[in-house]
Amino acid sequence: MDLGKDLVAASATPLVLAILAEGDSYGYAIIKRVATLSAGHLKWTDGMLYPVLHRLERQGLVSMKWGESDSGRKRKYYRITKSGRLLLVTQQQQWQVVDETLRGVWIKA
Amino acid sequence: MSGATEGVQLEEQIARWREYLRRNRAIDSPDVAELEDHLRNQVGELSSAGLTGDEAFLIAVKRLGSLDALSLEFGREHTERLWKQLVLPTDADQSRAQVHEMLVVLVLAVAAAVAIKLPGLFGLGFNQNENFYARNLSLFVLPILTGYFAWKRRLDAVTCVWLSLAFVGAGLLANVYPFSRHSDTLELTALHMPIALWLVVGIAYVGGHWSANGGRMNFVRFSGELFIYYVLIALGGGVLTAFTMMMFKAIGLQAGWLASDWLVPCGGVAAVIVGSWLVEAKQSVIENMAPVLTKLFTPLFTLVLLAFLATMVLTGRAISVERDVLIAFDVLLALVVALTLYAASARDVNAPPDIFDKLQLTLMVSALLVDALALAAITARISEFGFTPNRVAALGENLILLVSLAGSAWLYAQFLRHRGSFAAVEHWQIAYLPAYSVWAALVVALFPPLFGYR
Repeated sequence: MDLGKDLVAASATPLVLAILAEGDSYGYAIIKRVATLSAGHLKWTDGMLYPVLHRLERQGLVSMKWGESDSGRKRKYYRITKSGRLLLVTQQQQWQVVDETLRGVWIKA
Repeated sequence: MSGATEGVQLEEQIARWREYLRRNRAIDSPDVAELEDHLRNQVGELSSAGLTGDEAFLIAVKRLGSLDALSLEFGREHTERLWKQLVLPTDADQSRAQVHEMLVVLVLAVAAAVAIKLPGLFGLGFNQNENFYARNLSLFVLPILTGYFAWKRRLDAVTCVWLSLAFVGAGLLANVYPFSRHSDTLELTALHMPIALWLVVGIAYVGGHWSANGGRMNFVRFSGELFIYYVLIALGGGVLTAFTMMMFKAIGLQAGWLASDWLVPCGGVAAVIVGSWLVEAKQSVIENMAPVLTKLFTPLFTLVLLAFLATMVLTGRAISVERDVLIAFDVLLALVVALTLYAASARDVNAPPDIFDKLQLTLMVSALLVDALALAAITARISEFGFTPNRVAALGENLILLVSLAGSAWLYAQFLRHRGSFAAVEHWQIAYLPAYSVWAALVVALFPPLFGYR
């Protein structure tokens, strides 16, 4: 099942923030994590994650630091910030409202 | 295929991909590094799942998304990157070379400023010695500019000697001739000296290889850009000067002498050096402005010329031959030659003729017509006016520009009729360049004695 573009875009911010809330990570690992969590249903074009991460960084929701991979190459790591965690909490509440509302309708139907 | 060669191949593929990505303005080099890390992870995982290096690379690149879509997204997030900026490279070696060059430019600019103030120490102030400064102005700055290019292009000693001899010769000609006080030939020297010496700068610019492929057209591009930068710097300098005067006036001091004795002359010569460096440094960073202006003004000039011709035909008015009317037509021809030259400088030589080329030809032909009408009117009456130095110089310039334009127009027409190539037009224009300087040199060297230093 492929998700619509708008839904993918809308879920990107809470998803990335939630994954980073589990611990610092980098682009490739985040994409892997998304694939595992959604059992492959949420498909991102890999490259598109990076502009999203850069936007979150500009908004001060994540911070980034250059580090090294196991093989010694440069790698950019991202960490969620305090305001990122705050936003994640509100987003969680908002998505729950959406989720509950939809459930209410669909169970009746 | 062995694992080692496959690894080498993969590295080559990644290097090519990296180069390709780097050409994109919206994606900067840390982004490229980040995306490369991603790509390598993906390739590594796919390879360990049993794919060959080739397959893994292809799939990994495909998963990153098309470059167009990617750069659109990056561009949306980093809009500032779409504006090209002049930044010093972060690469340590390169930036050291750049800082070094900046220092050299700074020293040369100061040297030019000192040079123009130096005669003042020997009692030759700006106020009483306009003639001295008028005929020597280019000699204060162009040798230094030539020196900059000699340094930058690592000119060999022999070329350096020849170029210096040219400046020494020019200095001698300008200063040993016994010009009378308000002499026309002195004015001509002042006007023509920079044009003659610009060729010397050009030889240094192309690194001494005047006939080398592409060098001269680059010098044409450089000259156009330098002119535009100079105008911009001069505008800034004007603001600075006005501001200085205003501020000092506020505390009751007149700073006029500061502007006229220091800011304007020193800034004026230093700006030539700094402007040249900026053109060199920004070469690859910024769009060339001269061709943009050319594209903008070619249609407008064509319209004006056509309107002028139509008016002449409809009203039956002839060109009224006044004393200095030739100068106006020289300016017209020079402008049209410049427009065609800068249009050519930005044109892809191999592109087929398009509408702009037709416009260009219309411009050239109408300018030729207008000039022919003017020349006919003038030559009929030149004996009546007498051959003053100004008139002979103007007539000579007119003929030189006329030949240049006629040649370009003829080759352009051939090109538009698919009988010739655009390269022929460009070649003609380039080959003709020294003629302007040679004529200017003749005016400087021969006119004063010919006309008795009048």
